[in-house]
Amino acid sequence: MKILVAYKRVVDYNVRIQVKPDGSGVVTEGVKLSPNPFDDIALEEALRLREKGVATEVVVATIGPADAQAHLRNGLAMGANRAIHVTTGAPIQPLTAARALLKLVEKEQPQIVILGKQAIDDDCSQTGQMLAALWGRPQATFASKVEITGTVAKVTREVDAGLEVIEVDLPAVITTDLRLNEPRFIKLPDIMKAKSKPLETVTLESLGVESGDHHKVSAYAPPPKRSKGVMVKDVPELVAALKAKGLL
Amino acid sequence: MSKILIVAEHANGQLNNSTAKVLSAAKQMGASAIEVAVFAADPAAIAAQAAQLDGVTRVRAVANAANANALAAVLAPQVAALAADYTHVLGPSTTFGKDLMPCVAALLGEAMVSDIMKVHGAHRFERPIYAGNAIITVECPATRKVIATVRNASFAATGNGASAAPVEAASVNATLPSHTRFIELKAGASDRPDLQSAARVVSGGRAVGSAENFAIIYKLADKLGAGVGASRAAVDAGYAPNDMQVGQTGKIIAPELYVAIGISGAIQHLTGIKDAGTIVAINKDGEAPIFEVADIGLVGDLFKIIPELEQAL
Repeated sequence: MKILVAYKRVVDYNVRIQVKPDGSGVVTEGVKLSPNPFDDIALEEALRLREKGVATEVVVATIGPADAQAHLRNGLAMGANRAIHVTTGAPIQPLTAARALLKLVEKEQPQIVILGKQAIDDDCSQTGQMLAALWGRPQATFASKVEITGTVAKVTREVDAGLEVIEVDLPAVITTDLRLNEPRFIKLPDIMKAKSKPLETVTLESLGVESGDHHKVSAYAPPPKRSKGVMVKDVPELVAALKAKGLL
Repeated sequence: MSKILIVAEHANGQLNNSTAKVLSAAKQMGASAIEVAVFAADPAAIAAQAAQLDGVTRVRAVANAANANALAAVLAPQVAALAADYTHVLGPSTTFGKDLMPCVAALLGEAMVSDIMKVHGAHRFERPIYAGNAIITVECPATRKVIATVRNASFAATGNGASAAPVEAASVNATLPSHTRFIELKAGASDRPDLQSAARVVSGGRAVGSAENFAIIYKLADKLGAGVGASRAAVDAGYAPNDMQVGQTGKIIAPELYVAIGISGAIQHLTGIKDAGTIVAINKDGEAPIFEVADIGLVGDLFKIIPELEQAL
């Protein structure tokens, strides 16, 4: 069984995002870039399924600029068998990403596609679901537990009301939530090994994908600031402050 | 003129409050009609509730045994089939809407706007990116359908109107898959107010120290009549269940009063509470980032402060 993992590069989650003064975007020059944390979890899950003997091959794919190769090498160092780099000069929106991933799915014929439930840059949480719909296959989003038996995946999902368990026939799309697993650390010898693993490059144009980038962003702004609050020194003062605000 | 379809969220025969919040956003889009679609095995009671909401012009009830549980793969083709009559299809930015709406958009070949937090017209919206550290204005082409989710915390729920809108049974022409099956929902049984709609919320963080110690958070919450939340650290450590997580990847909430106890205030947590009316922070570390957003801060040992606070209430 083959597993395809969508593996996006984003601004590291520890970076304090700054909006450019002219409102044309956020500052991404010179900031640390890292794998999307949810995609690390996706890759980890795929690797564990391979280690359990459920899967035989794990392919990582990313859609991004030429310098995203290093990012894919990171995925290979973590343990993926090979990588596919779909190159594009400009950032794309989720519908376009899903259409591009569908092309890879048609070519690679994976039984499972695992993606992060959202990328922490645009926070859209759309691509996995869009891929499942376009592919006409099931989706199990926000997964916190995945069990594969034969051609069926039993997935526990983190939903607002608690934990939902669903069963989906493979092939299927799974998107990961935080508590699915803890991704492994990459060891130095694996970084060396990753250099010789196969990395295929295709251009987004060559996939023949119709652009779904229908939306334009006309402005970027920092969030409204909350005004500075007061510090109280003990419980009676706290209660008095709450009463003064009419909250008690 | 816009014609809007809202996909209702419901459970156990009750319309979820998120639907009335999406309606509030829809009313700001200058529509000539706002209709609500209810997909259920037996939609009558839920449709009647939706019909009461002020501003709803019609409710379309789609009865089908396959709709007994909300499965995106089953609902999406039905929503997409209904969408032909509308310029906008909206859902809540809850796990229900997040699961479903991108499928609807993809089936229709449309892009989607996630988490609308402000409406500037029928085709212009604000939404957060980077955990709410930047707000973008998204322009949707007027020639295409708008498919979007609406962030609950950004809109007040619309109340009931003077008269009920008509409810009509709708049949949809869509092939429904059998490849996805609902097994069970393990819901956290609780008599406490629902976290996402509670006027008051008390949350505990890593400093609470254990699942047993979380009792102190529940006790204070009960005294305040509050819902209970938790930071990601507390959920990861097993002190509280996942459905209590507040933050970028958990629930985004906007209570009148938010009490953060033993929560340091990572950016990802602050995202979830930015729209709260008053934020109270209690933490033993006076340098914790939570104090940067708190309206009222108290530095000290939570195990001393909370019992004392409970006494004082």
